[in-house]
Amino acid sequence: MLLTQQSRPVEGVTAALPAVAPSPRAPKRITARRLAGLAWILPAVVVLAVFVYLPLAQNLGFSTLEWDIYSGTQEFIGAENYQRLVADPIFWSSLWNNILYAVVSLAFQVFGAIVLAAVIESIRHDRWRRGLRAIYFVPSAISLTVAGLLFYFIYEPNLGLLNHALDAIGLGAWAQPWLGQESTAMMAIIVMSQWQGFGYSTLLFAVAIQRIPSELYEAAAIDGIGAVRRFFTITLPLVREMTGLMIIVTISGAFQVFNEVMVMTSGGPNNSTQVLGTWLYRNGFVRNDFGYAAAIATIIFVITLAIALVQLWINRRRRVEW
Amino acid sequence: MVTRLTFAGVIARLFMWTFLLCLVVVVVYPLTWMVLNGFKTNAELFGNPFALPAQWGWENYANAWNRGVSNYLTTSILVTVTSTIATVFISAWAAYGLTRVDIPFSRTWSTVILGGLMLAPTVALVPLVKMFQGMGLYNTFWALLILYTAFRIPFTTFLIRAYMIDLPREVDEAAEVDGASRWTAFWRIILPMCQPIIISVVILHILFAWNEYLFAMVFTSGTDVQTLPVGLTSLMSKHGTDYPVVFAGMVIAALPVVILFFACQRYFVKGLADGIGK
Repeated sequence: MLLTQQSRPVEGVTAALPAVAPSPRAPKRITARRLAGLAWILPAVVVLAVFVYLPLAQNLGFSTLEWDIYSGTQEFIGAENYQRLVADPIFWSSLWNNILYAVVSLAFQVFGAIVLAAVIESIRHDRWRRGLRAIYFVPSAISLTVAGLLFYFIYEPNLGLLNHALDAIGLGAWAQPWLGQESTAMMAIIVMSQWQGFGYSTLLFAVAIQRIPSELYEAAAIDGIGAVRRFFTITLPLVREMTGLMIIVTISGAFQVFNEVMVMTSGGPNNSTQVLGTWLYRNGFVRNDFGYAAAIATIIFVITLAIALVQLWINRRRRVEW
Repeated sequence: MVTRLTFAGVIARLFMWTFLLCLVVVVVYPLTWMVLNGFKTNAELFGNPFALPAQWGWENYANAWNRGVSNYLTTSILVTVTSTIATVFISAWAAYGLTRVDIPFSRTWSTVILGGLMLAPTVALVPLVKMFQGMGLYNTFWALLILYTAFRIPFTTFLIRAYMIDLPREVDEAAEVDGASRWTAFWRIILPMCQPIIISVVILHILFAWNEYLFAMVFTSGTDVQTLPVGLTSLMSKHGTDYPVVFAGMVIAALPVVILFFACQRYFVKGLADGIGK
């Protein structure tokens, strides 16, 4: 009784609301009140305009200049930087390294991670599941810089774990300066990156798998469907959304690689581990060729924007509202 | 769920556990090696990489600390804390404006703010350097604070907005009837209701700011303004032969985030899932 009495005034208020504030979606006139609302988004818009959008637009302009930042000379040279780009073999090998990065990361951090997450989630003891997920995640919590430095030492020919371990199991002949030679350096960096990142995507897939109703698995098990088939017929289709997202995130990330390459090789030996990001850095900040660096930046912009638009397009098809 | 123990089943399970435990070794062993190396002498490091240190040399940590790591750590903490506060507040305001306030051209503003999600920081690097040099902010703490905030606003706003948009309309109306100003409604009602997503975005931002390398490397050079990731690489190049000190520095840099992860694992996992799941 008391409860209903207490709740009555509240009901009264909500019922009276239309009378007090008849919020009809009136013709969209710009009133002082509506303009005042802009104050809420003003800080974000100003910060983004000045520090994100303006530099982006400037970059396009800069890419048409021959520009030495220290002497201050600037000269308009049109598309010449882009012509140089097309003729630059290291630009192409950098782009190729980014693609290689994307492909290997897709294999390990997307498809490998789904399988691993499914295996972990099939374990019956909750403590083991949580423990494994947490352990595998630790390399992602330590930064790429720390992980990169760590692997720099692991690959190091004199004190490195890898060569000593090969020696210990009788494969000493395979020991080599992993980061010091062109044939292995890029792969060595990519392997480090898989080590650092697989736990993160495994964790995300594990979360997605947990959302799948367990009845599906139980029903399948009762029907005598084996674990492998359950993976392909239940798990894989039902984490499709997460898979799509991870594919996009992984590819986009692969074209922005910078940190681990810089820490482990700075693009060497003989530019064999240059990626677009480090090649941009080297041209802009080591060689002072800012116009050329801006042209490389434009290429990164076009690639990452294209990937983002693909994601947007996929999202639109799935949901009407963005 | 009871599964019959068949021979093939046992083999499969054995194989699975062998694989999982091998993977644990692959992850844990290098990390253990890193921590142990922080206690060794240089001679031990070059001698046998598998051996334990003969004596636990805490002085490596003291050395790392005195050779700049204390400065890097201070800067990292300062940049992480301030940029987290700035990013979360500016983003929460923007999300509130976009979802719960009637503003002109609301959809356009959404596109402007969330469109920033599509842009890679590398792309703006060259003009930003010129801009910050012109403003006298190059090689200052402010450069990192501004950049870490600006480039994370789209992502953070995106997450908070997705959460705010689902809060019931009646909340705002009730607040208005009670005579609360928009400002009060935001601080007292909407923001507290968003607590779960705020925790997630705070964790994601800390992880980003603590580990960021590109901006930190390009925009800072002095020991007093470098963050840990860049500081570690300069520690490496300055004291290149004294590797145990570098290892000690790496441990100091990694520890806070690892502790944060294990201390609030549940929020952490939820945060990461929010970060990508939406």
